[in-house]
Amino acid sequence: MTEALKDLGTHLELKRGDSILGWEITLDELTVDVAPASLKGFVEFLKTDATCKFTTLIDITAVDHPGRAKRFDLVYHFLSMYQNQRIRLRMGIHEDDMVASITENHPSANWFEREVFDMFGILFSGHPDLRRILTDYGFRGHPLRKDFPTTGYTEVRYDEVEKRVVYEPVNLVQEYRQFDFMSPWEGADYILPGDEKTEGSAK
Amino acid sequence: MMDGTKGFEDAQTGEQKIRNFNINFGPQHPAAHGVLRMVLELDGEIVERVDPHIGLLHRGTEKLMESRTYLQNLPYFDRLDYVGTMNQEHAWCLAIEKLTGVEVPRRASLIRVLYCEIGRILNHLLNVTTQALDVGALTPPLWGFEAREDLMIFYERACGARLHAAYFRPGGVHQDLPPQLIDDIDAWAEKFPKVLDDINELLTENRIFKQRNVDIGIVNEQDIQDWAYSGVMVRGSGLAWDLRRAQPYECYDEFDFQVPVGKNGDCYDRYLCRMEEMRQSAHIMRQACAKLREPENQGDVLARGKLTPPTRSDMKTSMEALIHHFKLYTEGFKVPEGHVYACVEAPKGEFGVYLVSDGTNKPYRAKIRAPGYAHLQSMDHLGTGYQLADVSAILGSLDIVFGEVDR
Repeated sequence: MTEALKDLGTHLELKRGDSILGWEITLDELTVDVAPASLKGFVEFLKTDATCKFTTLIDITAVDHPGRAKRFDLVYHFLSMYQNQRIRLRMGIHEDDMVASITENHPSANWFEREVFDMFGILFSGHPDLRRILTDYGFRGHPLRKDFPTTGYTEVRYDEVEKRVVYEPVNLVQEYRQFDFMSPWEGADYILPGDEKTEGSAK
Repeated sequence: MMDGTKGFEDAQTGEQKIRNFNINFGPQHPAAHGVLRMVLELDGEIVERVDPHIGLLHRGTEKLMESRTYLQNLPYFDRLDYVGTMNQEHAWCLAIEKLTGVEVPRRASLIRVLYCEIGRILNHLLNVTTQALDVGALTPPLWGFEAREDLMIFYERACGARLHAAYFRPGGVHQDLPPQLIDDIDAWAEKFPKVLDDINELLTENRIFKQRNVDIGIVNEQDIQDWAYSGVMVRGSGLAWDLRRAQPYECYDEFDFQVPVGKNGDCYDRYLCRMEEMRQSAHIMRQACAKLREPENQGDVLARGKLTPPTRSDMKTSMEALIHHFKLYTEGFKVPEGHVYACVEAPKGEFGVYLVSDGTNKPYRAKIRAPGYAHLQSMDHLGTGYQLADVSAILGSLDIVFGEVDR
């Protein structure tokens, strides 16, 4: 399996070396880093090239790394039913970057891109219908960003007086329980009284 | 108005000005199999546009998972597609096992196969019979649910729960099966084809059922690629694509089973595929039961180590085991840094998990790839041009469960 993936990786590098930033095989899976500008062409190449034939789009998702300059990792999974192979494309993008939509090549990308937009706020240029999909009508914010609280900002209830469902800011009777179960000897970074002096004097 | 300034007009010509009609299918429609709001644009009775509005059952599973340990996240997978629950736990366990490099004991692997096939029958029985209900047959669900009841009792006897099992664990399964249960499952699988024959007789050649399903919602090879179909949606159109065969996981490669395919790719062929798949599943179950009885396949069902709890007797005698147990269920285990995609052939299609780990005890990001999500978005493509009544037949044969679509 890994051998075939290696062949595929070198094949891609030979044919489309300009759009590939790098590739690696981990745990029998091929991950290709792609430059955002060449994504669309590369996806089309993957779909049409005879040795690739990655015609099924499995998934599009993103991973949020707030600390990085390129905040989001956009991840595409493709499957080739003809070659029985899988490939993963990954590309780092800035928070305000627009990404080219691949709905022309893969109509199934429509909802996947809508979901990424809904959950992460990444905009896709050329998408036919970029609406929110999973969250409520009129929802604000992008839930899967790391700076979005798990509780959200609003809660709903049925108001007996107004006879309708009303939105209110979240009011927790009890603090949201986020336990830190890390081992005391490896998780927390304890500073015992007096320690800060030794740290300062060492410098 | 009536003074003739607008030219000739009477009731009849007024009637003939037909405008397109928008209707809401759902959110509380019995044929929607859950909470789905579909905005249908109709020209007379012909569907012109389908716009599914999903998310009414969105619970933010992926967000919740980021603040829980790997083991605490496992039961969330039961709550996705709540019909074939263990198949989804399986994907999560496979992802963790792939990343940590843990080998599942032989017996656990067999039990997993056995229960995955039970899940497949559970799912297909529900789908086949309720799809028949959607097109007007009332008896099949009553017959099918009787068999589902038996299967859910097998679930219950293995793990205590009828639906939300939490039985598959990273590194194996929670507990071993008692010998009596294996015998009972074997006996059930032996007589189950009889139940299928009954349902078969009720539906397969039924005139109304065929009128409602044959040549409805046709899927061809191009559609499969364009709309990311998997599972029965692919096999119904003649492509023998089954992950159990194409990319074997667990120990499916040593089981003997056929991959049934359809010819026309319509709702009727998908129904036939599901019926035959149930027979194949029963066949796999019998093989698994036979293997489970063999002396060389006895033994532990958990790969004892960091991922799994120590045995009960160890905990009574060893302090380290007790500490390990406590730490496992509070802090949880850590998964090495990296990312992995693991998928299984769930009853509805390819169910996958993309797991990104940062080396702590909680997943940094877990993306659930649900087959129903990809299938449902093609409703516009599939439904356009058919009649309003066909929408529920197509929707039924897509096999949608909102737990997994909305996540």
